[in-house]
Amino acid sequence: MEESNQNVKVVIPEKKSFSKEWASDQKAFKGVPWGKAMMWIFLVSDTFVFSIFLISYMTVRFSTKSEWPNPSEVFGLHVGHYNVPLLLIAIMTFILITSSGTMALAVKYGYEKNRKMCGYLMLATAVFGASFVGMQAFEWTKLIMEGVRPWENPFGAPQFGSIFFMITGFHGTHVTIGVIFLVIMTRKVFRGDFDTGKRGFFTSQKSNYEAIEIMGLYWHFVDLVWVFIFAFFYLW
Amino acid sequence: MAADSYDDVAKNKESIPELEVAPQDLYHAKSFWTKYIFCQDAKVIGIQYALTAAAIGMVGLVSSWLMRMQIAFPGVIPMDAAAYYQLVTMHGMIMVVYLLTALFLGGFGNFLIPLMVGARDMVFPYVNMVSYWVFFIAVLILGASYFVPGGPTGAGWTLYPPQAITSGTPGGDGLGIVLMLVSLAVFVIGFTMGGLNYVITILQARTRGMTLMRMPLTIWGILTATVLALFAFPALFVAGIMMTLDNMLGTSFFMPAIVQFGERLTYDGGSPILFQHLFWFFGHPEVYIVALPAFGIVSDLISVHARKNIFGYRMMVWAIVIIGALSFIVWAHHMYVAGMNPWFGFFFATTTLIIAVPTAIKVYNWVLTLWRGNIKLTIPMLFSIAFIITFVNGGLTGLFLGNVAVDVPLSDTYFVVAHFHMVMGIAPVLVILGSIYHWFPLITGRFLNERLGRIHFWVTFIGSYSIYFPMHYLGFMGVTRRYFEVFEGDNFTYSITGINQFITVAALITGAAQFLFFYNIIVSSKFGKKAGKNPWKACSLEWQTPDVPPTHGNFGKELPVVYRWPYDFSVPGADEDYITQDTPPSAVANAKAEQT
Ligand code: HEM
Ligand SMILES: [Cu+2]
Repeated sequence: MEESNQNVKVVIPEKKSFSKEWASDQKAFKGVPWGKAMMWIFLVSDTFVFSIFLISYMTVRFSTKSEWPNPSEVFGLHVGHYNVPLLLIAIMTFILITSSGTMALAVKYGYEKNRKMCGYLMLATAVFGASFVGMQAFEWTKLIMEGVRPWENPFGAPQFGSIFFMITGFHGTHVTIGVIFLVIMTRKVFRGDFDTGKRGFFTSQKSNYEAIEIMGLYWHFVDLVWVFIFAFFYLW
Repeated sequence: MAADSYDDVAKNKESIPELEVAPQDLYHAKSFWTKYIFCQDAKVIGIQYALTAAAIGMVGLVSSWLMRMQIAFPGVIPMDAAAYYQLVTMHGMIMVVYLLTALFLGGFGNFLIPLMVGARDMVFPYVNMVSYWVFFIAVLILGASYFVPGGPTGAGWTLYPPQAITSGTPGGDGLGIVLMLVSLAVFVIGFTMGGLNYVITILQARTRGMTLMRMPLTIWGILTATVLALFAFPALFVAGIMMTLDNMLGTSFFMPAIVQFGERLTYDGGSPILFQHLFWFFGHPEVYIVALPAFGIVSDLISVHARKNIFGYRMMVWAIVIIGALSFIVWAHHMYVAGMNPWFGFFFATTTLIIAVPTAIKVYNWVLTLWRGNIKLTIPMLFSIAFIITFVNGGLTGLFLGNVAVDVPLSDTYFVVAHFHMVMGIAPVLVILGSIYHWFPLITGRFLNERLGRIHFWVTFIGSYSIYFPMHYLGFMGVTRRYFEVFEGDNFTYSITGINQFITVAALITGAAQFLFFYNIIVSSKFGKKAGKNPWKACSLEWQTPDVPPTHGNFGKELPVVYRWPYDFSVPGADEDYITQDTPPSAVANAKAEQT
């Protein structure tokens, strides 16, 4: 966004010591574009949101008087004669982490101005994300059919269902928003907006490949959060 | 200054840092709608925030009048206990969140940040505009709760479950509480959009020469408060979501097994204390979200109107930052009587008392700035001095409440009400009022009426002291807060009634004075005395714009270059008693500025 005026020479000073750089003029993070800095700070704020969700989950897990259901049983799938614990969740986790890889590659190709590769990889990321949401929908359906409700469930503590729907729902919303933006950005990549610097419809700011990196930050964050949800909710 | 000093700049080329922030691509409005309604100029957005906050603040003010009438003269205005609780709740929440937070960060933040750091606008003007409209929707949702069946929630501004969502509480089984929670969540979303803008503008878009340690303390206060808000509001947001689910879907996050009117509700096994922790993890930083911008702004007002540099600038900055950091680890001092583990109380009492150290440093520094200053008793200065007095008063009672053993008998009495109104009610409001008198000439190009202003000041200051000072005594007498009726004779001495009546009369007068102030604003913006450029002879950048009031883009053709801190007042050897931040050293070669 700020690289709007190509005629002015903007100098990014050399690295100084941490405190000197912070206290210097104009920019605290040298060479970091506005959008990226904003995404980072937003993600710290969002980290608080998810941490508080998880801490609340742990608190009610201790405060509830009924037994906490065993997640490996609840989230198991029957494959043939076997009951494979956490099968679906494992696949979902794998897919989401893979999508982080494709996202990272998309960023790389974006900066290399390789429009095609960048676009395909963005598309792949979006497809992975969408299939993650799809499997989550499947899991929700399965549990709802088995009688799990936000206020009660057949396996034990009522908080189990409420926490499950709330946290995965909130995370799933994040993924969905990510997918929507990925699709929009993919379209922009293929259309060449980032090469021509076409102005955004709403913001009227010029497009730039940086946007893909910012998108990537968000996407990796959503993946990372999933890892914590996986560890604390499904494995514990 | 900026425009004609560019030859000097050329001569001193070595002293100007190289450009690191490319010129901003400003949005230029094309129609009436994009110019005045969906405006992307931070100054206009700031004014929109301020007006909206003031409008809903009036609802809060009138609520307080009605409450006071009920306490002192029951029956004059007919109301039942439910209505009283609704008034208490809406008054508290409106004042804390929708008035003070929105006004300081949304209002002053938007107006002052780009001007004071030398930027043309916020870094993401579009997001900034959306932020205001989301806030506006939050206010509408809050307002809607007055019109739903059952009315707004009467759970107290702390919204503690289980009572907040059970049917005995007004709005508890209707839509009242839901609308309150939804409105708060929407507020948080809107604030986050604005807050990211404020932080990034301050950190990443300052003009050349504006180092962090040359920023006015106003900016430091707003920056730290915004960071606090970005990290504290998530707790409120999540707690709001969970309580909404408890209420709408029957989950049991906060609800234990509970019997109501002899009937067992379906809730089971939730933790009401969890809500208190989440609420106060938001709530305590929140009080500093309101206090820190006030600290910053008042430092600037004192310095300008005493014609003296701020005493201990660096100390002031660090005090702000340290208070901000500490405010995240003191929250449970609001929960001493909630049945926590005693060791918790010990820990939180310690941290609470430690926070008084940087706070006291700030107070000393304000007083030392005044010390032997060339004090001009302008209206902003009067408000600033009044702020110091009330803040010290409230801070001292905070020390009482911070000790567990002292707090247990005082908790939930009027002593607490006195404490937080002194520190969070009056003190920041005095700063807001003072700073409106200070910056009004920048916004409109005219002064506010001086005589009305002085009447407003004295009535407000003496009036609010008359309201809250006697409340300490009521608290010692054991008068409980949030009681619909206070029975003299049975539990309390007879002096209670007289004091309550005195307070109510003071409250009515003080409130009325605020309407005088609104009148002053409306009339003076049209007919006030013309102010001209930099009427207070201040050094900071917002007064150095080529046009007054500043136009879109703030600084005309060239952004200013900053050579010094914003407190070069009464510098020996200088021609004037102030040197603006954008004055190059060559223009004031004889001045012996100590700090740059
Ligand atoms: C020296 C610094 C301070 C200390 C030691 C302190 C301590 C306390 C304590 C222990 C309480 C809980 C009392 C109780 O409920 O029994 C309290 C309440 C409160 N304080 Fe402070 N405080 C300080 C500064 C402030 C500041 C600067 C603000 C706001 C700008 C503030 C706003 C409040 C509010 C709003 C409450 C009441 C909340 C409620 O229960 O509704 N305090 N304070
Ligand atoms: Cu507190």
